[in-house]
Amino acid sequence: MVVAVSTSWVVDMAFAVFGMAAVLTGYRVFRTDSMVRASFWLLASFVNVGLILVLLNARFLGFSVVLMMAGEMSVMAIFMVMLMMNPAGLNPMTMVHQHRTSLAAGLLAFLALASVGVLVDFPDDPARVEPATVTAELGAEELGDSMLVFQTAGATLLATMIGSIAVTSRRGRYGDAEQGSVPPPLRPEADPADGEGAA
Amino acid sequence: MTLETVLVVAAALVGVGVYGALSQQSFVMIMMGIELIINGALLAGVGLWAYSTGGSPKGQMLGVVILTVMAVEAALGFAVMTNIYRVRKADITEKTKRLRG
Repeated sequence: MVVAVSTSWVVDMAFAVFGMAAVLTGYRVFRTDSMVRASFWLLASFVNVGLILVLLNARFLGFSVVLMMAGEMSVMAIFMVMLMMNPAGLNPMTMVHQHRTSLAAGLLAFLALASVGVLVDFPDDPARVEPATVTAELGAEELGDSMLVFQTAGATLLATMIGSIAVTSRRGRYGDAEQGSVPPPLRPEADPADGEGAA
Repeated sequence: MTLETVLVVAAALVGVGVYGALSQQSFVMIMMGIELIINGALLAGVGLWAYSTGGSPKGQMLGVVILTVMAVEAALGFAVMTNIYRVRKADITEKTKRLRG
């Protein structure tokens, strides 16, 4: 059976619930008093977006988002504990700056993008696919015509892993990372070669 | 569920993300704002795939690329944040006003 995205009222209701939940939980991320809770609100937002993707028949992408974000937000929660600005959540957190400007910028971004989405006449060409074969088609695309894109994404992830290890390494290029990046002197016992003093 | 409503939800996610990324002081919270922005981009991309491309799998490849961008952003963001904390003992943006150690 070949179908476009379902137009049944159940799907509409589900989309309304997931859409509102995604935006509201996304907003709660920045309004909660605990940074650990903030990371789990963000996870909730991502799960809702993933479910919307599933409703749109992009099942592989939808479940990938849920899986990836479940892992990433667990790591994020550990970082939140390490960098917590308000240990134990005893005080209300005021960790914002330029609040009004940001609010205006966020609203402006929303209105501009939403008006583009509503006013622009995008081609009306709904995906007519068998939901069961969408994932198979994506797999054939990844290892077929778009293999270069797929391979590049893989190489990019590898470069990211190496890069993040290099950046966080305890040993910097010129010694301990705590020392900052001070280049060694050009002659023995001279000043570091970092500007005016350089020979 | 129409293309317009999907794009409006995506725009709302981007708007919330912009608000968060600009208003938060902590590096981790700024990263969460950026993640929300990319999340909105992903939703908009898949929405256009479902309603405007006739279901070409190339549209979903864009989604895969956006997922990659999200992972790269998170990994390198954590790495840079760890390094800044190690060198400057800074965890909020106000402590890095001077770009020297």
